[in-house]
Amino acid sequence: MTAGTTSATFPGAGALRQTGRLFALGLDVIVQTFRRPFQFREFIQQCWFIASVTILPTALVAIPFGAVVALQLGNLIRQFGAESFIGAAAVLAIIQQAAPLVTALMVAGAGGSAICADLGARTIREEIDAMQVLGVNPIQRLVVPRVLAAMVIAVLLNGLVSVVGVLGSYFFNVVLQGGTPGAYLASFSALAQLPDLWISEIKALIYGFIAGVVAAYRGLNPKGGPKGVGDAVNQSVVITFLLLFLVNFVLTAVYLTVVPPKGS
Amino acid sequence: MGAEVVVEGLTKSFGRQTIWRDVSLTLPPGEVSAMLGPSGTGKSVFLKSMIGLLKPDAGRCEINGVDIVTCSERKLYEIRKLFGVLFQDGALFGSMNLYDNAAFPLREHTRKSESEVRRIVLEKLDMVGLTGAEKKLPGEISGGMRKRAGLARALVLDPEIILVDEPDSGLDPVRTSYISQLLMDLNAQVDATILIVTHNINLARTVPDNIGMLFRRELVMFGPREVLLTSDEPAVKQFLNGSRIGPIGMSEEKDEATMAAEQAHIDAGHHDGGTDDVRGVVPQVEPTPGLPERQAVRRRKDRVMQILHTLPPSAREGIIDSLTPEERDRYGIQSGVHATLGNRRPSPRPRNQEWQPAEGTLDTEVANLPRSDWRGGP
Repeated sequence: MTAGTTSATFPGAGALRQTGRLFALGLDVIVQTFRRPFQFREFIQQCWFIASVTILPTALVAIPFGAVVALQLGNLIRQFGAESFIGAAAVLAIIQQAAPLVTALMVAGAGGSAICADLGARTIREEIDAMQVLGVNPIQRLVVPRVLAAMVIAVLLNGLVSVVGVLGSYFFNVVLQGGTPGAYLASFSALAQLPDLWISEIKALIYGFIAGVVAAYRGLNPKGGPKGVGDAVNQSVVITFLLLFLVNFVLTAVYLTVVPPKGS
Repeated sequence: MGAEVVVEGLTKSFGRQTIWRDVSLTLPPGEVSAMLGPSGTGKSVFLKSMIGLLKPDAGRCEINGVDIVTCSERKLYEIRKLFGVLFQDGALFGSMNLYDNAAFPLREHTRKSESEVRRIVLEKLDMVGLTGAEKKLPGEISGGMRKRAGLARALVLDPEIILVDEPDSGLDPVRTSYISQLLMDLNAQVDATILIVTHNINLARTVPDNIGMLFRRELVMFGPREVLLTSDEPAVKQFLNGSRIGPIGMSEEKDEATMAAEQAHIDAGHHDGGTDDVRGVVPQVEPTPGLPERQAVRRRKDRVMQILHTLPPSAREGIIDSLTPEERDRYGIQSGVHATLGNRRPSPRPRNQEWQPAEGTLDTEVANLPRSDWRGGP
């Protein structure tokens, strides 16, 4: 929108400009969140919508995910001869890493793509323009409720994935690998601690925000016509994934440095 | 009375491609203006720049003294409440039915009770002939209905400036005339400033008070309707006739060779695609009988008579011919005077210069400035 005659043309300027605008939209969303009147109705509708498209796939993904973790860890740990700690390792892996990522992938893949397509269609039909002309800020009206909904649902889904994932890993460990239920449950809290759950939820919250903002950004700036909307959806999912794994790495590194492991 | 829009030196480009440069014009308050131009000359871009949806590279666009190019976002949202904009496809909100669409601006910006909202919305929907379709979703109705619903939504806040993007696209000729009539009636009732972007020749000839034309990245001219309708400018002439002969080609411009080849075809008897020569000033659409008189007509006449001596002779003739005997009397014109006005080069008054009486005696002879008692009419 503000690309004027003064815009620089050095290599990579385009990428920098896009990054800057994405960041600007993120800031705008934060600022507009506190602008009254809050679009409560839209927020609830979006929450319900995102939840309805993500709950089932998330649960279905969480079960095999827990199982994979159990199988892999089970094999490794047996080689070390530390079968009694299998529960502890599985819980840690699932809650800290697997749950927020699965959640984020689902919120980005199912919720974000829908948000992006919806906003993209509105943009090319000039609905967004019309809204601005009618003196209503589309960021406050449309984007803020969607981003907040993505965040709330991500946090809630994260809880779901944690539970389902742990149950899945328990089932596979006990039933298929011949582990003992007692050992699994007894070591449950040997390594995991409460801050692990907090960081898990904080991660989910941030991933929800990123997924929402990226989807909204690509949706509001499709390039030319209906095909542009398709491309935008595609890009929004890819960009979100890239950002998520990067942010996940940073958050994990920070967490491991800041919060001491249990017992040390 | 509607707001005045002053555009000065507006320039817009996308990347390296200049859309138009140095567009300067003034939409006189309360008058109906039209912006013509071949497809793809940036008419819609111009309209969007005027409401701050696109940011021009240079220039000013002042509405009620506020420059919307440089003003803050908050101010921009305030100013936009003065506007009613009809987009090409109506731009209705797909998730709301027509009633909610039309009620949207009222619910957002006013504290009116729901019954009052209902009264206003039904009145505007009735105005555009959509009574009974309130519960329909935009996806379920035809393009023409969407357009009319979009117009209803643009009108609910009683805007001072109405911008209309191609009111005729997707409408049959009859509905187009109805829309023209509706815009005229609106202008008579609320005295709003109206800008219509179109390439419908018929609409351009009969509706607006002022016409401008964009071509080759420039505003070719902007002035009273008589000036464009009688213009000898090749692009304007070709456009108004819908002919293939002239500077406008299938792509933006054509080269000499193509022009020569086409001329050769015409000389050999091939039809040029145009209708009859439709130049000349045709009567304007009047508001429906029973509605108040359009204030703009009188204001415009006063304005035009003041600059009459700067207009090209053919436009002058057209204007003087359209005057009633009383008006001739009022402006102090004897019939036949215009024949002696001489033949100066046709050109509308350049906007960025102060106007000077070209040859001292003419203005006193032709245009008596309006007497003050004419202004505050009914």
